Amino acid sequence: MSYGPGIAFQILQSVFVVLAAPLLMGWVNQCRAWLQNRSAPSILLPYFTLAKLFHKDVVMARDASPIFRITPYVLFGCMWLAAGIVPVLATDLPFAPAADIIALVGVFALARVFSALAAMDIGTAFGGLGARREMLIGFLAEPAMLMTLFTAAFISGSTQLTTIVDTLAHREFALYPSLAFAAVAFLMVLLAENARIPIDNPTTHLELTMVHEALILEYSARHLALIEWAVAIKLFAYMTIGFALFIPWGIADAGDWSALPYAFAALAGKLALAGAGLALIETLLAKLRLFLAPEFLSTAFLLAVLGMLTHFLVKG
Amino acid sequence: MGIPLLAQLVNVLAAFLLLIAFAMLSQRRVLTLIHLLAWQGAALAASTAIVAWSTGQTHLYYSAMLTVLLKVFLIPWVLHQLINRLFVRWDIETLINIPTTMLIGIGLVIFAFSLAAPISQMATTLTRSTLGIALASVLLSFLMMIVRQKAVPQVIGFLAMENGLFLAATSATYGMPLVVELGVALDVLVGTFIFGIFFFHIRERFDSLDIRHMEKLKED
Repeated sequence: MSYGPGIAFQILQSVFVVLAAPLLMGWVNQCRAWLQNRSAPSILLPYFTLAKLFHKDVVMARDASPIFRITPYVLFGCMWLAAGIVPVLATDLPFAPAADIIALVGVFALARVFSALAAMDIGTAFGGLGARREMLIGFLAEPAMLMTLFTAAFISGSTQLTTIVDTLAHREFALYPSLAFAAVAFLMVLLAENARIPIDNPTTHLELTMVHEALILEYSARHLALIEWAVAIKLFAYMTIGFALFIPWGIADAGDWSALPYAFAALAGKLALAGAGLALIETLLAKLRLFLAPEFLSTAFLLAVLGMLTHFLVKG
Repeated sequence: MGIPLLAQLVNVLAAFLLLIAFAMLSQRRVLTLIHLLAWQGAALAASTAIVAWSTGQTHLYYSAMLTVLLKVFLIPWVLHQLINRLFVRWDIETLINIPTTMLIGIGLVIFAFSLAAPISQMATTLTRSTLGIALASVLLSFLMMIVRQKAVPQVIGFLAMENGLFLAATSATYGMPLVVELGVALDVLVGTFIFGIFFFHIRERFDSLDIRHMEKLKED
């Protein structure tokens, strides 16, 4: 294959994801405000927040080590890399062979390890507390995530996301009970990994209940902006992984410019629906006690395993 | 994919049944348990109706209708009345904690699937692949009856087991003869009523629906 159009698509997708991720965040917040009968903030608010944070001066603890300084950049880099690997707009991108789904989970794990290290680096109580909680949730969510991905990988016979999407999108329509199980499990993992409501409340101001927020309490200005941005990209990447596995229709092939407007429209529609759905879930559910999180995630793991078993039983 | 769409739909419904069996296993509230039972009945009726439509077995239509009437409306309603009168809408205690129960449940599913796989390969029916799922939901309902301490969840486990058996019958042989199905349905209905009467007697005797008290019964 010629790399020209592929590279162009890769750059287009990577830039698009980074620019559009805060918009998705804004949309989720707006939907949630509507559902909770509050007057909604502007959908562009995350951009204003980022701009404001980038203009402030960094305040940093005296004892902060280099890990604390580089973590925001590592987080942002990891999420950006993940967003480049996942087929968002087009399949068969030049970056895609760089990592299959297992490596992708590894990229997310790398980001998690760094954020936990940075939180413990300063030595505040809440940082250590948040790091422990984050690692607890992470180590329970990761096997469930892998099992979900394996179900899809078994169906298409490959762990490359591109191949999975190609197989699922271009095959004749078929109902997969195994994928239905996997989809529910994936949704639960998405909620847990992105610190959404049944596990963690992204808007909380109460330090004792924080998980993800406690990790980044010490960050300010451009570091905080990068982390917030990385969080938005992570949500975007998880959602697009979900689309790639379960509703891959409408995605373009790399280099096929004519299919691109359609791919954009399909992606925008899916994201709008998924964002509204996420807001609905967050409105309907209450936050779980921390000690119920293992139960929530073991249920996700169980569903993913069931999906895989069902695949072997009914061959579909 | 060599499987026709209707068979896929049956598979999806069977998977849904299994999912509900797991949801029951993890459920802490009696009221939700009854709703789940009704949903399981609905999934069973839908899959029976699809099998009836795709194979032209008319008696399966009757059996599907019977399932809807009994298992989606009548029995859940009776159970509803019961728990209202017994004031047992609150949480259930389990013998083993729920994540462990779920892990045992996965083990049972693997056992059932591996047991059913050789049978499914020899069978020729449209629904052969759901046999393992049916077997798994029967075993899961057994598990639920074992790990629950209170009488009402145990009865719900019993009814869920009947659902699993029904699915097994549909998937293995396109359903039992109508006479047998009518008999079973009636038995289940009568059983529910008798259990209801038992609940009241157990509670009158022990002031609780915890069946561990039954172990202390002795002829004096």
